[in-house]
Amino acid sequence: MTFNVFLQHLTNGISLGSLYALVAIGYTMVYGILRLINFAHGDIFMMATYFTFYSIVIFGVPWYAAFMAVIVVTGALGILLEAAAYRPLRDAPRISIMISAIGASFLLENLAIVIFGGRPKAFPALELFTKVIKLGTVSIQRLTFFIPIMTLILLFVLLYLINHTKSGMAMRAVSKDFETSRLMGIDVNRTISFTFGIGSMLAAVGGIMWGMKFPQIQPLMGVMPGIKCFIAAVIGGIGNIHGAVIGGFILGLVEILLIAFLPDLTGYRDAFAFILLIIVLLFRPTGIMGEKIAEKV
Amino acid sequence: MLKIDNLVVSYGGIEALKGINLEVEEGKIVTLIGANGAGKSTTLRSIVGLVKPKSGTISYKGKDLLSEKTQNIVRQGITLVPEGRRVFPNLTVLENLKIGAFTRADSKEMSADLDRVHSTFPILKERGWQLAGTLSGGEQQMLAVGRALMSKPKLLMMDEPSLGLAPLIVKEIFEIIKEIHRQGVTILLIEQNANAALHIADVGYVLETGRITLKGSGKELLQNEAVISAYLGKKKAK
Repeated sequence: MTFNVFLQHLTNGISLGSLYALVAIGYTMVYGILRLINFAHGDIFMMATYFTFYSIVIFGVPWYAAFMAVIVVTGALGILLEAAAYRPLRDAPRISIMISAIGASFLLENLAIVIFGGRPKAFPALELFTKVIKLGTVSIQRLTFFIPIMTLILLFVLLYLINHTKSGMAMRAVSKDFETSRLMGIDVNRTISFTFGIGSMLAAVGGIMWGMKFPQIQPLMGVMPGIKCFIAAVIGGIGNIHGAVIGGFILGLVEILLIAFLPDLTGYRDAFAFILLIIVLLFRPTGIMGEKIAEKV
Repeated sequence: MLKIDNLVVSYGGIEALKGINLEVEEGKIVTLIGANGAGKSTTLRSIVGLVKPKSGTISYKGKDLLSEKTQNIVRQGITLVPEGRRVFPNLTVLENLKIGAFTRADSKEMSADLDRVHSTFPILKERGWQLAGTLSGGEQQMLAVGRALMSKPKLLMMDEPSLGLAPLIVKEIFEIIKEIHRQGVTILLIEQNANAALHIADVGYVLETGRITLKGSGKELLQNEAVISAYLGKKKAK
């Protein structure tokens, strides 16, 4: 393999990793605040690609306005999901909420089949992003550079929001202690809605960029990326945002580079994620950045 | 200021409070003493809306509190320092204080209050950037009280502020409670340390298995034989 080809794979891995990271953040934020694995998160991501398809292809909205609208609508969908499927079960045993999450996931997938149809659709190609640029002998889509940059910008905005704003402080407080947060006058439900909104908006950005990179969309397209991003969040240490980003990058890079070096194993591409998960959990059960779970005496 | 009438609270069929009446007058220190499981914490938790009572009324300045959500009760100036301190371990000391002022928008007064809390508890200023989870028990209690003061409470309720603290620190905490009271804050205090609580209280209530069995001034209760034998742990000299 020449250095150029390696470079090509590396950039691909980084951009796939950024996409995983964006979606993984949503899993980790929701887990951090509710201790819930939001199985429907991958389907929210899928919905965002359909929203983009419909607004650009069917309604002819200019791409920038469409992206904005899709991000907002997807955020609203996340908030709606939480209010309908999780909030009524706030005091129920954890397992009930988990099952509700699985149900919500199936609901969204089948709703998509009914509304959008099961046949794959072609995601609109936007030349601005998909144009191939040549660097020496390496040819790379603009998107490949654009995705990691966008991810980093959003990550910094998110970290600022969480660490330096009042709403972020409320989120951190609620993630530790609902009751005491209420005693501070924090509206716990609103804070949780806010978290779902942010996580879903990031999934929307991920979905839009995913659609441009892999321009074929179908109602079950959220399942595998959803599971992989969940794995990325677990590898990084679920509940930790830096961890989700690190996990996403590791997963994306390992996946692409393994196929690059061992092309015979391309068919096992998805299995790598699970093998990596098992290996990481064997050595670090709480993930790379995970907190040590201290037993209270 | 605060009036509780015939309050009944039950947890899954077991009555924790069996109809209590309690009144807190503005500007007073009122204490509620009683053994473990008597219903002291339940009383405070009902006032702030963390527990939904079965029947009875709670009113604050003539307004009903029972139908209000916790966040709105806090906005009216009722603050609870919960049992076991419950500082946010993942927030810094400074952030814990700021979150105490979550409902407030008056940033100038807030920073004045922050200065006041810092001068009452210099250790909290020193440790401002430390995560609250790394503080000692006594420091966490001070942080919990400081955090409550940041909400600018009119009625400050404290659930066992001396629990698990060294005697010297307990003494310090009670001095601080007196100081807060001098600044015009009404206080409702729950304590197992009945002796210390009754010494600073204007009014004391004795709660036994969900019922109020005695009410009197702090001094009266300190002299009361039933109180002495049950809560003060010393026989009255003959």
